[in-house]
Amino acid sequence: MSTIASLTASPPIADRRAEPSTAVAVRAVSKAYPGVEALREVSLDCPAGRLTTLLGPSGCGKTTLLKIIAGLIKADAGTVEVLGRTVCGPGPERAFVFQDFALLPWANVVRNVAFGLELRDVPKSEREAVAAHYIAEVGLKGFETKYPHELSGGMRQRVGLARALAVKADVLLMDEPFSAVDEQTRRKFQEDLLRLVAQERKTFLFVTHSIEEAVYLSDRIVLLSRRPGRIWKVIEPDLPRTLSPDQIRREPVYLDTVEAIWQNLRQYVE
Amino acid sequence: MPPLLSHPLALRFVSFGAVLALWEYAGRAGVNAVFPSVSETALAWIALAADGSLGKALAVTLTPLVIGVVVSALAGIGIGLLMGLSRRAEWLGVPFFIVLQAAPLAAIIPMLILAYGIGLATKVAVVCVMAVPVIVLNSYKAVRHTPGSLLEMGQSFLATRPQMIAKVMLPSASPVIFAGLRLGVAAGFIGAILAELLISPTGIGDLITYHQSVADYPRMYAAIVTIIVMSLVFLEVLGKIEVSVFRPEKRASP
Repeated sequence: MSTIASLTASPPIADRRAEPSTAVAVRAVSKAYPGVEALREVSLDCPAGRLTTLLGPSGCGKTTLLKIIAGLIKADAGTVEVLGRTVCGPGPERAFVFQDFALLPWANVVRNVAFGLELRDVPKSEREAVAAHYIAEVGLKGFETKYPHELSGGMRQRVGLARALAVKADVLLMDEPFSAVDEQTRRKFQEDLLRLVAQERKTFLFVTHSIEEAVYLSDRIVLLSRRPGRIWKVIEPDLPRTLSPDQIRREPVYLDTVEAIWQNLRQYVE
Repeated sequence: MPPLLSHPLALRFVSFGAVLALWEYAGRAGVNAVFPSVSETALAWIALAADGSLGKALAVTLTPLVIGVVVSALAGIGIGLLMGLSRRAEWLGVPFFIVLQAAPLAAIIPMLILAYGIGLATKVAVVCVMAVPVIVLNSYKAVRHTPGSLLEMGQSFLATRPQMIAKVMLPSASPVIFAGLRLGVAAGFIGAILAELLISPTGIGDLITYHQSVADYPRMYAAIVTIIVMSLVFLEVLGKIEVSVFRPEKRASP
């Protein structure tokens, strides 16, 4: 709790450009499934308070790496440190946003958002107050008593995001959160996510296969090579975050970075 | 389809009505001397209900049935859960219950009579033997098929094992568990009547055999219809329990 308090106390925008400490450190992680080598000696750092993206061709082990950091999958070799502590399973300082949302179909929006707190035995009134706050934060006010099947894909993922925010973890792990969401919804969602990154002072680790999405959202992009996944390049697009979303999408820096990554990745496609 | 018929209840009434009309027609046409019409059966039913014999018989039949169904539900879901959660229990249990499900259980009733006599215990046992296998196998499959992403979600939000079972696996499995319960209850009804016909004539089984032996076919049919209706009522109640307790989202309008 004290870390969150100190993070929220710091000034909002200016701090984002200051040199941050490392929130997630991956050291020489390898993972093989029977017959498939998924990751080979992957090492990377995610700066605290920033959004780092894992980008790579499908099957490069990005999701496996994210789940190893989440503690959902065990690595064969290497270690992961989150906020200085070695990971040996899921922990309260990390929260996960799932590609397929993973909402409880029998629970309404409030209960789904508060589910992480329910598992931690937070009293009902308290956890519902927290849930109400984050439901408003992700723009779902008025949908509190709806069930997942009554929501669109984009709204369901907003519930997934609110659930991850509600447990007040320092590190948010997002596994292709927008891949099951249509394009218009996805753009709006990306803009909202940037606002949340600036506002929540959390570390985001984001997996995607969309180059535009990675460049638009990230402070740091980690490019992974095709299987076995290895770190291939780290890019830090320096986008002027003070501009409006539409202006950013027309910035030369944005377009050049997208193009540069595509030139790098195209050899895997051809 | 006309709007009046699009309501699910209306459709049910029409279907029942058609069957009853056909029955009435067949009864009046004199298909068979032992086949009474609906109206004769209804009058016989009123007479049986009025003199109290139907109520008494129903109470006698429902006693082993209710005990058997409750025991089967608790034991069946419990064993099924255990088999779903533990590989060892699965290994031990699955072949046993598959054999039980496939076996013609009426054949083992004489064995149960030798073991437990002809009283209530045997009748409860027959109901259980009929109802348990399908409840166990459904509960087991339902738990095994909890969506992987929900399990990962519970894990990453730090669910303890009991929380995972109570808050993720059970609600997720409940539709299939309840499907098993419905089949189990229906099988239990068969077991209860089978017990009364094969072991010792009591309750509804007695009404059926007695009126058959004195050739009072309308009353015999009235007893049969009563037990069928009872079975439908049980299933309906079960469905209501499922939706209200476990799956509130099915109650919400889309």
